[in-house]
Amino acid sequence: MSSSPAVLKKTPLHARHQALGARMMPFAGWDMPVEYSGITDEHVAVRTRVGLFDVSHMGEIELAGGAALAALQAMTSNDAGRLTPGQAQYSALTTPEGTFVDDLIVYRLAADHFLLVVNASNIQKDARWITASAQAHGGDVAVVNASARYALVALQGPGAEAVLATLTDIDLAGLKYYWFEHGEVAGLRCTVSRTGYTGENGFEILLPPADAVRLWDALLAAGAEVDIRPCGLGARDTLRLEACMRLYGNEMDETVTVLEAGLGWIIAWDKGDFTGRDRLEAQRARGVDRQLIAFEMIDRAIGRHGYAVLDQGRPAGVVTSGTQTPFLKKAIGMAMVPAALVSVGQALQIEVRGRVAGARVVPEPFYKRPPRR
Amino acid sequence: MYPADRQYTRDHEWVRVGEAEAAVGITDFAQRQLGDVVFVELPEVGRRVKQGDVFGTIESVKAVSELFSPISGEVVAVNDDLGLHPDSINKTPHDTWIVRIRPDGPEADAALLDAAAYGDLVQ
Repeated sequence: MSSSPAVLKKTPLHARHQALGARMMPFAGWDMPVEYSGITDEHVAVRTRVGLFDVSHMGEIELAGGAALAALQAMTSNDAGRLTPGQAQYSALTTPEGTFVDDLIVYRLAADHFLLVVNASNIQKDARWITASAQAHGGDVAVVNASARYALVALQGPGAEAVLATLTDIDLAGLKYYWFEHGEVAGLRCTVSRTGYTGENGFEILLPPADAVRLWDALLAAGAEVDIRPCGLGARDTLRLEACMRLYGNEMDETVTVLEAGLGWIIAWDKGDFTGRDRLEAQRARGVDRQLIAFEMIDRAIGRHGYAVLDQGRPAGVVTSGTQTPFLKKAIGMAMVPAALVSVGQALQIEVRGRVAGARVVPEPFYKRPPRR
Repeated sequence: MYPADRQYTRDHEWVRVGEAEAAVGITDFAQRQLGDVVFVELPEVGRRVKQGDVFGTIESVKAVSELFSPISGEVVAVNDDLGLHPDSINKTPHDTWIVRIRPDGPEADAALLDAAAYGDLVQ
């Protein structure tokens, strides 16, 4: 009944995950750790201490050249021209319909050199799209899929900065949110950014794959006395959902516009034209027909990805992500619902395995870390 | 490894028959596969079940699993403690009962496994 699966790709840290007893599962063609000590334990570790993630499966695409900025501006929604070298931003790679090819982080390495960190599930698609867009734009711009040149780990949690500070001379206190610096960590050349996908303070570290194991070991050792945890994709998902961060494939895809995803703030309307801008402008003018909202369950049930949201008993929307959060201990989620249901406090009905369960729309995010900087 | 005082199903439930009632839970293998249990949906007391019927669900952070009744009978008790402490299923799977059923009668042996056979199954 089933054909033999293609061989799964392994990150440079694969042997470490197995040695730590991680439960492994395929994700986007990679053999990745889902959990080590348990999703709850790892999630709570990140919220209260520090956790370490291997996210080397993600993609890195570089654009460089005199026309790199202009080409990038034309293919993304946010304004990369605002970025100083050393600064990064969240953005969307858009289709002519104003929908998502991918969501991504744009790092400005230099005036004419950009690094895009993209979702693992979209690397090939993005590389083809960005290359074609750059060629169509024309001028002096080169596009390189540099994913094989980078490993990426994320150190996240209120204790992350103190742990990282023991291993680097980079001035972490001076590194603002969504800024990055090149330097050494544990004697290894890295790029350290104050970014993350957990809603906690923390850092993401890019470095050559050959150095990943040494960095991983050094971070775990440095964090041992504060009981650091290696964390897998399971906790990564529950953490990002608590922080209302979107996941491509759940909250958005090529059928969802940037406005429908509730991400109007990454559209730089006045930066000039970009792919899909006029469709988005038209949608902004007449209002969206549907939009992503955050919800909490009222009845004892968990609304999960794919469950129908009902309006007067009839299917009207769909849950895009949902879980019982290990930290807030509530059943929460995000859903794409008709415009009429988009208001905080709005009651929702979610169909949970044949029964109707009550929920309500709540403000984003579910969880906000205590102010630190 | 698996307690000999009870029988097992291929769906990883255990059933321990007492004088008047049988206690039902899930095995250590099942709880490890599931991960951290966050929610258990229990049947109503008085519900009649046949062997193999879905009598509830058990949810972990990531997944929902159905619970299949190992025997036919009437549900006489459900473990309400699981509302506040669903993780007891992870901590002590063989000591945490989920429902108690008054059996209709002795079950067909083919459907239930003894501890040794279950141990082989999950090896």
